[in-house]
Amino acid sequence: MDTLRVALVGNPNCGKTALFNQLTGSRQKVANYAGVTVERKEGRFVAGSGRLVQVLDLPGAYSLAATSPDEAVTRDVCMGRFEGEARPDLLVCVADATNLRLHLRFVLELQQLGLPMVLTLNMVDAARRRGIVIDRERLQQMLGVPVVETVAVRRGGARELVERLDGVLPPVPVALQDGSDLHARVVRLLSDCVSMPRRIARFDAAADRVLLHPVWGLAILSVVMFLMFQAVFSWAEPLMDGIEAAMAGLGVAVGQWLPDGLLRSLVVDGVIAGAGGVLVFLPQILILFLFILTLEESGYLPRAAFLLDRLMVGAGLTGRAFIPLLSSFACAIPGIMATRSIQDPRERLATIMVAPLMTCSARLPVYALLIGAFIPQRSVGGLFNLQGLVMFGLYALGIVSAALVAYVMKYFKRDHTEQSLLMELPSYRLPHLRDLAIGLWERGSIFVRRVGTIILALTVLLWFLSSFPAPPDGHLGDAIDYSFAGRIGHWLEFVFAPVGFNWQICVALIPGLAAREVAVASLATVYALSGDGVETALAPIIAAQWTLPTALSLLAWYVYAPQCMSTLAVIRRETNSWKTVGLAAGYLFGLAYLASFVTYQLARGLGL
Amino acid sequence: MRLSDLSRDVPAVIVTVDDVTRPDPISGRLRDLGFVAGEAVRVVANGPFGGDPMLIQIGFTQFALRRAEAARVQVECDA
Repeated sequence: MDTLRVALVGNPNCGKTALFNQLTGSRQKVANYAGVTVERKEGRFVAGSGRLVQVLDLPGAYSLAATSPDEAVTRDVCMGRFEGEARPDLLVCVADATNLRLHLRFVLELQQLGLPMVLTLNMVDAARRRGIVIDRERLQQMLGVPVVETVAVRRGGARELVERLDGVLPPVPVALQDGSDLHARVVRLLSDCVSMPRRIARFDAAADRVLLHPVWGLAILSVVMFLMFQAVFSWAEPLMDGIEAAMAGLGVAVGQWLPDGLLRSLVVDGVIAGAGGVLVFLPQILILFLFILTLEESGYLPRAAFLLDRLMVGAGLTGRAFIPLLSSFACAIPGIMATRSIQDPRERLATIMVAPLMTCSARLPVYALLIGAFIPQRSVGGLFNLQGLVMFGLYALGIVSAALVAYVMKYFKRDHTEQSLLMELPSYRLPHLRDLAIGLWERGSIFVRRVGTIILALTVLLWFLSSFPAPPDGHLGDAIDYSFAGRIGHWLEFVFAPVGFNWQICVALIPGLAAREVAVASLATVYALSGDGVETALAPIIAAQWTLPTALSLLAWYVYAPQCMSTLAVIRRETNSWKTVGLAAGYLFGLAYLASFVTYQLARGLGL
Repeated sequence: MRLSDLSRDVPAVIVTVDDVTRPDPISGRLRDLGFVAGEAVRVVANGPFGGDPMLIQIGFTQFALRRAEAARVQVECDA
């Protein structure tokens, strides 16, 4: 049986990934290219004659003169220069039939590489609808490359390409003379082979007049974002409750089956509780990504970036950072994963660094507990509620801090060359269900597999710290107090005294490292409470034992502190660098300590 | 005049794309995207905050350019 290795190459927005999905279905492997965080997608299919075709979906590129890590990967793989990546036997150049003026230029560049190639005119159906007529025979002749037509989103729409890949390899195309004017050649090809009415799709122009309008555009964007948030929180809730109940049930079932002792504690309190704590966020993440993928596929996402670019640039970010940061309000993990849509590595890094400052949903239980216990239910100006105002203030503090941090980072950067936007706004498209499903499956499995394993390992470590050494018989007080975690907590009290944390808070901070909301449960453990209604039972106790400055200081701490191993794990995964993780954790802890210190001392100074 | 000074919906033709630094990867990329002499361009929309970025129609494609990027492109109005 013979094998053919082909690579799909083309401009961004040429429908390459849809074509890849059409060719390979679910037989795909998604990983990173060695040494860089550029997504590598490979799939395979068997053609009619039994030939096995391995398909590599290269990142979209406008030119071989690469300006981003994505484009550099595409260039190096096509030229056979990428370490550990075999040069493909054949290039499948994908061009959007409605946008040949732009896409053919890259095809001409690829023609110089000395690899056999096939040109695929994708979305020919859309081209026909717009009245674009392409003389395929003529184009084939002038280019010296076989040309096939595909409709990637239609079932069987890639048949012609599959048949071509099953046949004899086409000859290597004749290279153009060095220094020939590619643009002039494109113009000639277009005038000889293509006739098109001189206008863009009427629908796009009409839609953009509204969606990019300075007032209406921003209003619609706000509505879309509001709906997205509403969905993330309200649709996910029953599913999250279900997962929580299922994991709790599993814990009980397994617990009955295992003998009392260490193994049971490890499996039930460590592994199952740890995995449950991670999996519970899966519904939110999937719903969030469903929205993001739909907005991306439909072509709306670049338009949102267009509307907000100026605001984000002011803070040292880019319009493209908007969606990742917005997602971070649900959870920083999908937010950081979504930064892959930012091509410039510097802008991407800045976005990753400030994403944890967006108030994620896991901080809510902590905020709710402290605000409920310490902030009086009082009306302000007859209109607002003081508790609500404090909550809003905490959210606003996160956003303002993110803007400041990004702004400061801009000045510490070594590379001061101008960053560019140069962003194509593609035609609006109806998102295709199969592409959405495959995209969701990818995101979901990355989250569960990669992040899950790291979080699980850390959860088990924390379980170990909180369970060992076990207190001797007759030990008074709680077991956690005697454990490593408890000892570290007592030792930390010395460090945290200037910000007003007592040892109970310090102990709770340690298991709370796994996930922020765990801190509430561990405070309950330290104050020897258990069972349901922990928050209602805990509130009066801490209200009686803590001073107001301590509570305010802890609130300030939670605005900044990287109390979430999963976020650090995903930063490591997305940047491939422990140094970045260290930098992020370091600056967040630093800010948290500073903010708590200032809050505590100010509050005490004011006699609160 | 510069593309960044062009008003909305006024048809124009590109004269040159200037390098601001040497080499200038941004100008290079603009040329790769089809911003070359003789091409027709039009400003389709301006961003809501200070008119930045600008949405430029060239050929059958629309690109969002920041003002500093559009300032590299010299254009001439048809009329």
